Amino acid sequence: MSKQTMQHTITALVENRPGVLARVSGLFARRGFNIESLAVSITDDPSVSRMTIVVTGDDKVLEQITKQLNKLIEVIKVIDYTDMIFVERELAMIKLNADNKNRSEIMQVVDVFRAKIIDISDKTFTVEVTGSGAKVDALENLLSPYGIQEMVRTGKIAMGRGARTP
Amino acid sequence: MKINGAQALIKSLCHQGVENIFGIPGGVMIPIYDALYDCKDLKHMLMRHEQGGAHAADGYARASGKVGVCFATSGPGATNLVTGIANAYMDSVPMVAITGQVKTTALGKDSFQEADITGITMPITKHNYLIKRADEIPQVIAEAFHIASTGRPGPVLIDIPMDVSLGTLDYKPVDSVDLRSYKPTVAGHPLQIAKAAKAIAAAERPVLYVGGGVISANASAEILELSERTHILVATTLLGKGAISEMHPHSLGMLGMHGTAYANHAVANCDLLIAVGARFDDRVTGKLEAFAKKAKIIHIDVDPAEIGKTVRVDIPIVGDCKSVLSELLKHVQPRQETEWNRQVMEWRNKFPLHYPDDGGLYPQYIIEQISEITNGDAICVTEVGQHQMWAAQFFKCKYARQFISSGGLGTMGFGMPAAIGAQIAQPDRAVFDIAGDGSIQMNIQELIPAMVHKLPIKIAIMNNQYLGMVRQWQELFWNGRYSGVDITAQPDFVKLAEAYHCVGIRVDRAEDVRDALDKAMNVTDRPTILDFRIAREENVYPMIPAGQSVEEMMVPGRREGK
Repeated sequence: MSKQTMQHTITALVENRPGVLARVSGLFARRGFNIESLAVSITDDPSVSRMTIVVTGDDKVLEQITKQLNKLIEVIKVIDYTDMIFVERELAMIKLNADNKNRSEIMQVVDVFRAKIIDISDKTFTVEVTGSGAKVDALENLLSPYGIQEMVRTGKIAMGRGARTP
Repeated sequence: MKINGAQALIKSLCHQGVENIFGIPGGVMIPIYDALYDCKDLKHMLMRHEQGGAHAADGYARASGKVGVCFATSGPGATNLVTGIANAYMDSVPMVAITGQVKTTALGKDSFQEADITGITMPITKHNYLIKRADEIPQVIAEAFHIASTGRPGPVLIDIPMDVSLGTLDYKPVDSVDLRSYKPTVAGHPLQIAKAAKAIAAAERPVLYVGGGVISANASAEILELSERTHILVATTLLGKGAISEMHPHSLGMLGMHGTAYANHAVANCDLLIAVGARFDDRVTGKLEAFAKKAKIIHIDVDPAEIGKTVRVDIPIVGDCKSVLSELLKHVQPRQETEWNRQVMEWRNKFPLHYPDDGGLYPQYIIEQISEITNGDAICVTEVGQHQMWAAQFFKCKYARQFISSGGLGTMGFGMPAAIGAQIAQPDRAVFDIAGDGSIQMNIQELIPAMVHKLPIKIAIMNNQYLGMVRQWQELFWNGRYSGVDITAQPDFVKLAEAYHCVGIRVDRAEDVRDALDKAMNVTDRPTILDFRIAREENVYPMIPAGQSVEEMMVPGRREGK
């Protein structure tokens, strides 16, 4: 078993009922598992919610996380994408200072990242970017010299490649 | 037929075969207690503190194998259940706790006697429910009993707002439950079972390590068959006591911190450890790196999360202990006694459990006498502390569900109410609560329901006027600095028994123990308190200090060479 701590992407399909999120987050907190990000929404089946959880830990920690998640009565299925081929996306909105001097420069950066400017004021741009976490990080780095005023990220969502579904 | 939610609750409980409920009413519980008033099939025991109700339901469940049920009102009634629910959770006891709640329109408004009990009990229940509509009641009750009693058993809490109790519904009994998200594994993986059988055949120094999971799965017969066929010796955990008769030559008694030296030596030196329904608790393993370090480990457990949680496992088998063991028995060949059996027996002869015979009143002697006078048939319930460990060492169990103790949570005050539940479940057996003078004071109020229901439980207090286990640690590891452990200031337990309309007997001398026990056994219509004034600073030995290995096992200095 590897002792190496690494990032894992887990998906949990859960009953879409009040309190399920509290059960899952409470479990992580009391067992000392670290959540890097958590995204929750309903699925094509309105009775099922899908949680995408990014956690760090070694294999042993991960094994406990998935087993403990499975023990929750309202958790239907847990998938660890770590050793699978999957696509991942995250969406972020970044509000940054933009004045007459640097607007075009910022727009070039935004273009390169295939991001979009979705709101403009006399002093700011709001940029929307979608991609892997690393891509969002990279754009944030490039934009930070201009002065980021506000930023929000959805957290990662993930889906396995190919025809297979959970 | 239109009935109200409270009536549907009572009907649903009857439908589940519930016979006994331990509880206390309150404002929002009135509709439920009103429905109970008309019900002939449910016997309700009115407790004096909700914690007592939870422990009584727990003791009832452990002694009967059925689901224990307790009632409490909203707010403080519900929060008083918390320790009892946590206790049942840690020891995997099937229980359904039903709490009243303020009406749905008052929820979340800090209403009078409102507490978010589903939020509070999330980490200490297997599952819990807040019912929002009366017509959910039959389904939720059926689910709750299913969840509490299957897979790894555990407590389930159901919170019922008062307007839900008063709401109406068309009652239809719910017979079966199918939850897409809850499918406990019963049958073990055949390949793993075959591997385990092979490992058993190849082992030279095997040991069985048996826990409470064997008792909750009613798998004692399978353990006995496995042990007898293979001559594999059996060490049990505190909760596993009785999984095999401790009179059986293959029984090594309890292992762990205060386990027998020979059980611990056997585990430390074995080459195959077969863990069944046990969870490698720190009180069992001590220092993990040194625990069974020469051994290949087979782990059979119904809860996959227990496998590999603390100890690496070579052959994991997830499944119901009874089912897995029966399959395993199809593959296991008879083995003869070996040199290893002889070696462990030598350890047993060399390091037996013992205590001084200088004429003093020793708790070990008292417990042996209790075991003897009841022919080893009594149900032994304990509180938590030194007396609990002495009971584990010196009360020899013959059968499963005979030893009832708070293992995981270590709840002082558990014993007496649990003894009430056990006596209700097993009316024909003698029930002893082996208690400490500290523990017994934590739920002493439950003497009243025991008296009202004429339960002849015997409460044997090992009275050393100390919070003795903490004192022992302070003596051994904290330079004898006895901080906060002297409880010389205490009630006169004989008078206290009498004040509660029970029988009280004080014993100061070893020669009076038998007489006192005979007297207690003759009391058949009320509880008896036996106040044994034992040697004050007697310690529990052997002891492996927390987090250490069998190498560091302590035995009393003054007894060396004996």
